Amino acid sequence: MARRYDSRTTIFSPEGRLYQVEYALEAISHAGTALGILATDGIVLAAERKVTSKLLEQDTSAEKLYILNDNMICAVAGMTADANILINYARQAAQRYLLTYNTDIPCEQLVRRLCDLKQGYTQHGGLRPFGVSFIYAGWDPQRQFQLYQSNPSGNYGGWKATSVGANNASAQSLLKQDYNEECNLNQACELAVKVLSKTMDSTTLTSEKLEFATVGKTKEGTIYHHLWAADEIDALLKEHGLGKKEESEPGTTSAATNAENRPEGAPAAGVH
Amino acid sequence: MRGASILKANDDKTRSLNKHTLMAFVGEAGDTVQFADYAQANIQLYSMRNNSELSPYEVSSFIRSELAKSLRSKNPYTVNLLLGGYDAIKQKPELFWIDYLASSAPVPYAAHGYAQYYCLSILDKHHHPDISFEQGMKLLRMCTDELKRRLPIDFKGVLVKVVNKDGVTLQEYPEGEQMYAP
Repeated sequence: MARRYDSRTTIFSPEGRLYQVEYALEAISHAGTALGILATDGIVLAAERKVTSKLLEQDTSAEKLYILNDNMICAVAGMTADANILINYARQAAQRYLLTYNTDIPCEQLVRRLCDLKQGYTQHGGLRPFGVSFIYAGWDPQRQFQLYQSNPSGNYGGWKATSVGANNASAQSLLKQDYNEECNLNQACELAVKVLSKTMDSTTLTSEKLEFATVGKTKEGTIYHHLWAADEIDALLKEHGLGKKEESEPGTTSAATNAENRPEGAPAAGVH
Repeated sequence: MRGASILKANDDKTRSLNKHTLMAFVGEAGDTVQFADYAQANIQLYSMRNNSELSPYEVSSFIRSELAKSLRSKNPYTVNLLLGGYDAIKQKPELFWIDYLASSAPVPYAAHGYAQYYCLSILDKHHHPDISFEQGMKLLRMCTDELKRRLPIDFKGVLVKVVNKDGVTLQEYPEGEQMYAP
């Protein structure tokens, strides 16, 4: 009988729940953690890559961090294929706004456009919702640096520090404990690696398992976003004493997290 | 008095689009009001939807893109516009000259219509970058006095509106105070 309220997204269960939406949220809580921290002079996004194999081409694909437009980036938790559709939609919306108004779309507006699309899939029949949560980092002249989070139901909110994906509850409580409103971007980066080091399964962090991106302001006052290269991530890890030990051979670490050796009960392929 | 050359002397050819932007228009009689109302409705819809105002520059870009669309349609609007506004974030006043061919340019002073042939030379001579509001009003007086003397049809005066950080206001503009161009 459970099936009665499962198969279509448009139907409320007698308890007033939308099971398909809840299942989508559940899928995301198995995905790699992503977090964002708002600082006074910028924003940092950090994410855990789940698929690490030495056969995988590492540097060709950013798996979880994407550029939306000149002043906005986002982190993805959930199904990458679904995320690609939404990111494409967001980029088009941003460019369309730029074409008509000659200025970059305000951050909240872009977030809302995406959430309106996501919401549609919780209401119109026969379609499944997008299995993706986003963390957005951006800047606009009205509200300066901003951090948002959205989920498959189409709800969104502005945050000072937030996380999605696996262990997001513990990441969230760590952020709540250690977040300081007056922190700068460097301190925010430090907090990000510290939180990830505690919430990720693996003992040693490497640039293979992490993605980092920042939004900030240059000395001239222009906004930049930057997806970090592997050596920059390693340098950050080293700075905070979280990198792997020098003597260990590269590529031999934690075979357990390799895609091929995924333990029982791990998420299905495609959930990153 | 109504005649062949003047139908109405005190027609308001402006629309305020949001709190800090005012648009003045000239052109084909029906087109002007139709286009101005359309632009006004869209800018107000934006303010309602997003709880924020478009800056004068953003408004000018929107209007320019609408005119560019119109120009390439079967029957384009023939409307020339001046868009004045106060950018609340930059804390600066801005003026845009826009024509029916969808050109848009930020300018320190501008005029459309037949009056431009009398006014622009005065503005060229007397305007300077750090001009104050009071000096600006004097400059406007010089222009209207010139029109009074030289316009081929009887000059019926002007409607003056001011946009500043407090929004759009109707400015008293008593007739008869002469200010001759030196």
